[in-house]
Amino acid sequence: MRHRSLLIITTAVTAGALTLSACGSRDKSDSDSGGDNNKKTTVVIGVDAPLTGSLSALGQGIKNSVDLATKVANKNNEVPGVTFKIKAFDDQAVPSSGKQNATSMVDDDEIVAMVGPLNSGVSQSMQGVFAKADLAQISPANTNPELSQGPDWASGKKVRPFKTYFRTATTDVIQGRFAAQYYYKDAKKRKVFVVDDKQTYGAGLAKIFSQEFERLGGKVVGTDHLTVKETDFSGIAGKVKSSGADSVYFGGQYPEGGLLSDQVKQAGADVPIMGGDGIYDPAFIKASGTSNDGDLATSVGYPVEKLPSAKNFVKEYSAQGYKDPYAAYGGYSYDAGWAIVQAVKAVVQDNDGKLPDDARAKITEALAKVSFDGVTGKVSFDEYGDTTNKQLTVYKVTKGVWKDAVSRTFKD
Amino acid sequence: MHELPQTLVNGLTLGALYGLIAIGYTMVYGIVQLINFAHGEIFMVGGFGALTIYLWLPSGTALSLALPLMLVGGVIASVGIATAAERFAYRPLRGGPRLAPLITAIGLSIALQQAVWAFYPDADQPRSFPQFEGKSLEILSNLHIQRGDVFLLIAAPLCMLALGLFVSKSRAGRAMQATAQDPDTAKLMGINTDRIIVMAFAIGGAFAAVAALAHGLKYGQISFEMGFIAGLKAFTAAVLGGIGNIYGAMLGGVVLGIVEALAIKYIQDIPGMEQLGGGAWKDVWAFTLLIVVLLVRPQGLLGERVADRA
Repeated sequence: MRHRSLLIITTAVTAGALTLSACGSRDKSDSDSGGDNNKKTTVVIGVDAPLTGSLSALGQGIKNSVDLATKVANKNNEVPGVTFKIKAFDDQAVPSSGKQNATSMVDDDEIVAMVGPLNSGVSQSMQGVFAKADLAQISPANTNPELSQGPDWASGKKVRPFKTYFRTATTDVIQGRFAAQYYYKDAKKRKVFVVDDKQTYGAGLAKIFSQEFERLGGKVVGTDHLTVKETDFSGIAGKVKSSGADSVYFGGQYPEGGLLSDQVKQAGADVPIMGGDGIYDPAFIKASGTSNDGDLATSVGYPVEKLPSAKNFVKEYSAQGYKDPYAAYGGYSYDAGWAIVQAVKAVVQDNDGKLPDDARAKITEALAKVSFDGVTGKVSFDEYGDTTNKQLTVYKVTKGVWKDAVSRTFKD
Repeated sequence: MHELPQTLVNGLTLGALYGLIAIGYTMVYGIVQLINFAHGEIFMVGGFGALTIYLWLPSGTALSLALPLMLVGGVIASVGIATAAERFAYRPLRGGPRLAPLITAIGLSIALQQAVWAFYPDADQPRSFPQFEGKSLEILSNLHIQRGDVFLLIAAPLCMLALGLFVSKSRAGRAMQATAQDPDTAKLMGINTDRIIVMAFAIGGAFAAVAALAHGLKYGQISFEMGFIAGLKAFTAAVLGGIGNIYGAMLGGVVLGIVEALAIKYIQDIPGMEQLGGGAWKDVWAFTLLIVVLLVRPQGLLGERVADRA
């Protein structure tokens, strides 16, 4: 009998632990849904991003920026009779969690459109769910071209797979080629070692970069792949050194990118590492130890701090006192949220000041026609749902902070 | 071939890290035939224990001065969690069906991860860990050793030496061997086997704390999820070396680390194997080796007994 009761206690503790882990993610999303005005129609914008885990620095920035867009819309009474709210879901950068969240959003009648997610791989699992429900999705951060142009985009056969998918971020095609042009033309690098993390985003970006770098006349002296969530890349670092490369390109995210940069330098190879927007985060510098001055990252758009249109955003964001900074995608998330606000506005105006019954489908249609001056510049979408904004910036680590080095509009 | 020494050193340091963690699996298994899947999390908690001490010390304290205190902090955290786990999660189930403690171990592992995630400040993303300032040490023209690895390369053999002496020479160590051979007879001979089991968990925890400190110094960050992959690799190392044998655990760790390093570097140079080399395939080669070793020597490299009770 003694054993049985103890077994029950142990089981209960284990079950408790599992519940605890479930609660952890739930109470974070609940805390954001505090509506105040019941007389108006409440329109909820879903947000999906990694709010916990190693990518949470970016995810929290996305969530807060969309939240800010709704607050500003409410304050300005942007759409009379409508109060905006967000409901945040945590995908932990895991595709299956993303799919689950997508299903929850579709089932929630209050949600009319959503912003997110961060990761291209997560987006792939969500697109289909949203398309069936006519729920518009705007990602502030997905850069994989397949998401909007179909799997055969590279051979020129561009087909938009999901009419509900939009994004405010430029694609890897532009970002990877932009990075290659910078390395070859501006930094005068000729021998590059390419590493990727085998994920949708990282591998795609690395491939596009390599093709463009070779097209320009550079040489890819070696390639390797690392595994997400591992920490020891000294083997790859050793290969970088022995290959004689004068630069490294990394397709992946900052947790691994930071460690890789550190270990490449520890191996005695004094070469810069360049990556995409996935490594453009303060956590990259924090993760990569002491010696990463000179490392580079491309990111979509001009630096938010430098755009006159963004001054207000930065001011409002700090006034709200959010715990986390807006990070790399804050501006794009705000613009994504604002695009939804504008679409709702158009739909409500067409329907005598009320939200129609098929609001989701109408908003999706309206999004295609949205055009306004946002935080990151002109916001509008082309026939694939991609942003028409092709501005990019190269950032460089200088004395332990990201400083913008070059900003320009991408040219073929 | 001039990069071979560097590759071997990389493998050796990584392997020593695996080996230190593997000690915890192998000690516990040797005595109670339990695979303590929560051991990876005990390793992780040790890292956070050491970090807590560092943050508590006045800022600007030299890392070399802080190191002993951080080690003490890490050991207290790891040993505390390991012995508490033994007392409250495993001991009540001793004598019960074999699967019960195993499932408990998995549950405990999730609980510890989530507890650190929820309650340690800012632990929901990787926390940066202090590192020694400066570039890596250049031993030879083509051989660099990271400053953090020096600690690991000194601590790992010292710990092994101390453990070897303890087990073979001291009274408690011999009592431990006796308990491993036959717990019932050991009890008849007047050995307090409960105490011996606690001791096995405590030693495993202390080794995990040393490993966690080395991990932090080596990579400059710790996170609540780091125990999973480290634990999995260490468990593999323990099986490879012969689970139940402490020297086997260290040997298994070093072999595993070196095979991974060599696989990254050299497999793709073999004609026709370009696609199967590099970082993406290193685990495949490590586990291929594990399977081959277990086919030839089911008891592992240094295993003495075929596990008849597990």
